[in-house]
Amino acid sequence: MLGKLTIDALPLYSWVAMSGAAVTILGGLAAFILVTYLRAWRSLWTQWLTSLDHKRIGIMYIVLALVMLVRGFVDAIMMRAQQAFSLNSEGYLPPEHFEQIFSSHGTIMIFFMAMPFLTGLINIVVPQQIGARDVAFPFLNSVSFWLTAAGAGLVLISLVIGKFSQAGWTGYPPYSGIAYSPGVGVDYWIWALLVSGIGTTLTGINFIVTILKKRAPGMKLMRMPLFTWTTLCVSILMTFSFPALTVVGVLLGLDRYVGMHFFTNGDGGNMMSFANLLWIWGHPEVYILILPAFGIYSEVVSTFSGKRLFGYESLVYATAAIAILSFTVWLHHFFTMGSSANVNAFFGIATMVIAVPTGVKVFDWLFTMYRGRIVFHPSMYWTMGFMVTFVIGGMTGVMLALPPADYLMHNSTFLVAHFHNMLIPGALFGYFAGLNYWFPKAFGFTLNEKWGNRAFWLWISGFYLAFMPLYILGFMGMSRRMEHYNVPEWQPFLMVAALGAVLVLLGIVCIGVQLLVSVRDRKTAMDITGDPWNGRTLEWATASPPAPYNFAVIPQVEDIDAFADMKIRGVADLRPTQYEDIHMPKNSAIGILLGGMAFALGFAMVWHIWWLAMACLAGALLLLIIRSSNDDNEFTITAGEVEAIEIQRRYTTHKIATDRPMTTSGLPDGQTMQGRF
Amino acid sequence: MSAAESSASTVLASDHAKTSDFEAREFGFWLYLMSDAIIFALLFATYVVMSQNIAAGPGGKMLFSLPHTMGETFLLLCSSLTFGFATLASMARQKGRVILWLIVTIALGIGFVAMELSEFSGMIAAGATPQVSGFLSAFFTLVGTHGLHFSFGMLGILVMMGQILTKGLTPPVLSRLYRLGLFWHFLDIVWIAIFSVVYLPGVL
Repeated sequence: MLGKLTIDALPLYSWVAMSGAAVTILGGLAAFILVTYLRAWRSLWTQWLTSLDHKRIGIMYIVLALVMLVRGFVDAIMMRAQQAFSLNSEGYLPPEHFEQIFSSHGTIMIFFMAMPFLTGLINIVVPQQIGARDVAFPFLNSVSFWLTAAGAGLVLISLVIGKFSQAGWTGYPPYSGIAYSPGVGVDYWIWALLVSGIGTTLTGINFIVTILKKRAPGMKLMRMPLFTWTTLCVSILMTFSFPALTVVGVLLGLDRYVGMHFFTNGDGGNMMSFANLLWIWGHPEVYILILPAFGIYSEVVSTFSGKRLFGYESLVYATAAIAILSFTVWLHHFFTMGSSANVNAFFGIATMVIAVPTGVKVFDWLFTMYRGRIVFHPSMYWTMGFMVTFVIGGMTGVMLALPPADYLMHNSTFLVAHFHNMLIPGALFGYFAGLNYWFPKAFGFTLNEKWGNRAFWLWISGFYLAFMPLYILGFMGMSRRMEHYNVPEWQPFLMVAALGAVLVLLGIVCIGVQLLVSVRDRKTAMDITGDPWNGRTLEWATASPPAPYNFAVIPQVEDIDAFADMKIRGVADLRPTQYEDIHMPKNSAIGILLGGMAFALGFAMVWHIWWLAMACLAGALLLLIIRSSNDDNEFTITAGEVEAIEIQRRYTTHKIATDRPMTTSGLPDGQTMQGRF
Repeated sequence: MSAAESSASTVLASDHAKTSDFEAREFGFWLYLMSDAIIFALLFATYVVMSQNIAAGPGGKMLFSLPHTMGETFLLLCSSLTFGFATLASMARQKGRVILWLIVTIALGIGFVAMELSEFSGMIAAGATPQVSGFLSAFFTLVGTHGLHFSFGMLGILVMMGQILTKGLTPPVLSRLYRLGLFWHFLDIVWIAIFSVVYLPGVL
């Protein structure tokens, strides 16, 4: 009846694991009690969980990302604490537990923190940037989100019921095969990746179609904002690389469940195939994480320098070049597997070539700042911190791209330092910049800048303290993923790294405080104009937060930086002569139900509860058939209602705007007002 | 503008919105097919890598029968043709003929799946199970993935027949039928590749 699931699945084997489970359960319970206390279940269901509005789906993605950021960071600081003290001792974590922690840290940070974070920002911003009222497939968007949430749920529940994978976030066989990992951990990993990976593929398809088919009239490809460009490239990467993750997950699953021989040690299996298939997905994935952040930096640097982007075209071509090259370098993740020298040389050179378009971008951002009137907003701090730090990571990347050098440095903490040096400044700092930049657009009030700056300084100094020692430790010969060690010379560096993790912890606390303080003081930080930073792109032409339809009248685009151009021409706030009926998608519960079934399917497969798995598959098929037979899935906001909403917005805008001088938002006098009223 | 005129222009505008909606769905479906093509491409690559790893088990020469595969191919290609006839009939808005051709398509499809299952069960009965070798794992996975897609396609045809019977040939139904057709023909192309990469080199 319950397959392999017995009472032994509870984490009673160590007090650390038990407290992890307790925190997870208490967190869920606290959320449940809070919603019940606020009597918010109905509004949560009708306005959020079943919503097909891209802005609300985007916000839910980011909430998920922030929750998973905390979970993934707890893993990180536990590892730092373990290594700081496990010289010639076992530390406080047994090896099986330490292995679960580094596996879940990587899995969570990539799939359930970074991916939802960037997808959330894309969801909130891109339709508005291209002057659209929604994404091309709003229902599919909801399905994507709930599949991602289902995958995250599987990782979270593995902390309470059973164990997570001990095979690292890349799950290399034969260790992840059934012979060496007979438990449920690797199965949790596989199903979390499969379920969320399908969601990501669908997101990619959705945004390719949205960007290519739903742009406002006049927005040619070469007039699209840079963030839209990077989103287009990323969506293409998602659509064409995530199938590889699906394949590799399914094949490993077939090995484990059915006893096939794709990646086994004997009977004709080929475990090197796994490395190839995984990294055919994995390297484009790196750019899926980084390119959206590059887009955010481009928007931020241009807005807060008060200038058009320097070298717009070169940035577009550099983005596209990186996207294409990302498919040609996967083998550099396993130079030491022993391909021939020529093969390694090809992939080494291809890897170094990627540094060229990336360098172009860094110079473009620097030249955008040159002679700009720079506003030191937290988004701008994150951007500048990125530029300095990311270049260091890029240089160590070129070192690793040399196959002979890689033979010495692979699998050492030098590598760990390198990819954290790319992904923390290269991706996460960008998402934080985007959070500070677009928060007023999503919620209607700006974030507190003082706490934002504190978060930045703690994060960046914590980052340097945590990861620069790892570069040195790599040269001293320390391997990654060590539960304990016996080299006394390493310990001071690991202590410093642990101190860095503490600073990052304080940085995360600052972000939490920033959110709380901003919500508390929201009355004084209202963004009544919809354009708090004197923005240049179309998302600032909508209200903050936007009406469900974003644009009452679809704007006509005549230039790059469409909104800046409209402000200069004095047409940004022209009152339309006529409004039209607007059709918007109705809410649908099928997205969350599909997500729930995907979660139950994954859980059932992990524990071999076959009847439940079959029931979930049948249920999901039935839901899809019901949905595909529904031709009445839109509702109409009449022209009269649109007019009422718009007049209300304009009325309040005028009234409060004259009450309050613009300088409080940190902008020079008059700059925001340019061409607006 | 009179009230009647204004409501007429609204209808036109929303019709236009619908058409571009369908265009977007068809484009999105093409993208889905391309990402599915990547799945098949990687399964093909895996098969090619593993095709010699027979681990002392049986190889392709012993297991594959070209006449049997010819039969499957014949059924599959015919089903693509009959789906094409259904599409033509739908463009002529002949509901009865659409249903008729879809029934023929599904009959051919059942024949294909039956032949594939008999091939699989014959191999398994002869001891050539997917657990025997890397080669057989890759074979069953590649060909089985195609068969699974094909079965979902047949389920799709059944759903479409239900929609045509209850809703008639409305624009959304026609758009779905068109996309299902794309899927069906796509699986045909994949089968041609299976024939030329798996079966033909296997027996030669």
